[in-house]
Amino acid sequence: MPSDEQLLLLDFWVSPFSTRVKIALAEKGLSYEIQEEDLLGGKSDLLFKSNPLYAKVPVLLHNGKPVVESTNIVHYIDETWPSPQLLPACSYGRSRARFWADFIDKKVFDAGSNIWRSKGDELEAAKNDFIDILKKLEGAMGVKDYFGGDEFGFVDVILIGLTTWFYAYEKYGGFKIEKECPKFAAWINRCKERDSVAKNYIDPQKAYEFVGLLREMHGVE
Amino acid sequence: MAEVKLYGWWSSPFTHRIEVALKLKGVEYEFISEDVRNKSPSLLKYNPVLKKIPVLVHNGKPICESLVILEYIDETWEVGPSLLPKDPYERAMVRFWAKLLDEKCFPAMRNAFLSIGEEQEKAKEESTELLKFLEGTLSGNKFFGGDTIGMVDIVANFISYWFIIVQELAGLQVLTKEKFPKLCEWMDEYLNSDIIRENLPHKDKLTAIYQARFLDAAAANAAVAGGGGSPK
Repeated sequence: MPSDEQLLLLDFWVSPFSTRVKIALAEKGLSYEIQEEDLLGGKSDLLFKSNPLYAKVPVLLHNGKPVVESTNIVHYIDETWPSPQLLPACSYGRSRARFWADFIDKKVFDAGSNIWRSKGDELEAAKNDFIDILKKLEGAMGVKDYFGGDEFGFVDVILIGLTTWFYAYEKYGGFKIEKECPKFAAWINRCKERDSVAKNYIDPQKAYEFVGLLREMHGVE
Repeated sequence: MAEVKLYGWWSSPFTHRIEVALKLKGVEYEFISEDVRNKSPSLLKYNPVLKKIPVLVHNGKPICESLVILEYIDETWEVGPSLLPKDPYERAMVRFWAKLLDEKCFPAMRNAFLSIGEEQEKAKEESTELLKFLEGTLSGNKFFGGDTIGMVDIVANFISYWFIIVQELAGLQVLTKEKFPKLCEWMDEYLNSDIIRENLPHKDKLTAIYQARFLDAAAANAAVAGGGGSPK
């Protein structure tokens, strides 16, 4: 990257969505600055200015120009710095990747949230729904090592960051992904061996403690 | 010869997006009508995960979700107008607006039409706030895509035609010329452009089905409220 290019990531340390962006930046070998946002305390003026509609992290500022929404940011990173390519080369492969990225965005985090927000019968239903989603994702991976096929790719980046909160879902949901979806668990471990993932993977214990704080704030139990 | 099939439904704005894109690119296709109340084995085969329309099938391979299909069409058929710009930053903006339209505007505007009371007021307010953002992005341009129709214009189709119909049915004053002059100008440009004008679903037929939906929703809301209130 030319030395006059500037990348600034507006971040929250435990955000699994920020993790996606950090992994993408690492895959491309890009250096960047981080501005930590205090989402529970007070958001910065820069965050409000860069993301006026949602005021959410992550935001990537490239030479001062903001890109918002984590999947959108990963897409932007992949198109601006094409090597190594995260999205497949052919348009059909890209359409499959975008479909699954969209599915992941619409289903995974919310399903996980439903687990820690609920109790009793609702919790059981939330757990089953979550496992069902992981099984669908296992189906998408098929017999390959990654969602990208033989290589770690776009969908792997989009999904692996979210798995940092899965330990919290397992604890509150009373289940183990290794038992329910062994293929999915194997994929997580495979991805965690990659440098880009290992260096940016939020400590699941810390994520679990943070989710505990969220539960208190939401008055769950 | 390449084979292109579109599984869709005549009244769906999501299906309409794909028809517009294919026609803009001059792609010949077979339209297969899918009533989602009675899903065909083909639909379930081509979209087993979500079981929804539209689905584009190109040489036997299915592409699902309208925003994904639009990008696929743009990348596969490089003839005709580009639906997305080439610059990565501008593409990021297009994708942001497309998602906003689908995930925020559409549900808010649908709720403004189908709900009552406090829920409806909230949906109306949310719709108004989102429309203000959209109005702001048009500054001076004929279309969201600039001088020519682009992906954001196509994705915003439901505002230009479908919402106007349901707004009238429900007696809403959310999207008016006084409040949103640029959006209304955009609507005129969009609806009067060749491909769009020639391919809109028939207004009377659309009005009839939305009227039925509106009455069903009113009845359901009344039942929940214990027989009182009607949507404003």
